[in-house]
Amino acid sequence: MAMLHTVNKSPFERNTLNTCLDMAKSGASVLLIEDGVFGALKNTSASDKVSKAMEGITFYVLGPDLAARGMTEDQVIDGIKVIDYDGFVDLTTEHDNFQAWL
Amino acid sequence: MAEPWEDEVEGPVKKFMFVNRKAPYGTIYALESLEVVLITAAFDQDVSLVFSDDGVYQIKKGQNTDGIGMKNFSPTYRALEGYDIEKLYVDKESLEERGLTEDDLLVEVEVMSRAQIADLMDEQDVVMSF
Repeated sequence: MAMLHTVNKSPFERNTLNTCLDMAKSGASVLLIEDGVFGALKNTSASDKVSKAMEGITFYVLGPDLAARGMTEDQVIDGIKVIDYDGFVDLTTEHDNFQAWL
Repeated sequence: MAEPWEDEVEGPVKKFMFVNRKAPYGTIYALESLEVVLITAAFDQDVSLVFSDDGVYQIKKGQNTDGIGMKNFSPTYRALEGYDIEKLYVDKESLEERGLTEDDLLVEVEVMSRAQIADLMDEQDVVMSF
């Protein structure tokens, strides 16, 4: 059963992303939204952990939240898919269940 | 005739430091800090701003909030100079942790070590944390 996880907190301020990645099973998807989008960026102290987790987990990041924070797609870790709100809706329908980490 | 509240109030000038440690938009802290900074400047106080931790994201260039239905308040940081707020300090370590450099910032700042910021903090009359 594939689960969709959303993370909305910055990895530099909370340990939400860390715990999510430790508990997300192989085959799950993680969508980074709001301040969670900082976890999708290259060359940060959080990048390595995300890159490693990409072996079993599919990552998405919400484009409008990236743009609001002055970030562009080329600053996103390769392999993380940038999606819009329609894509967010699609993800919720494609997964069996949903965990919103707060 | 000038109303009483329009009179120039002579009073002591205090040193106010605003410590900004939160990313914009995800919480209200960044915007609220900016409001209080402007109020403090209106009272002709000595104002300095520190950006550390996720607070450095407040002054990241290229913010576009069209997609999230919130006001982009980042241009206001560029207007602070017009209110004689020119002491903007950024924590070097926080920039590095996030893969950012001074070139990524939308306003002129002084990048400092934590030790330097600590010294400045020590000189203040009032420190407000957001």
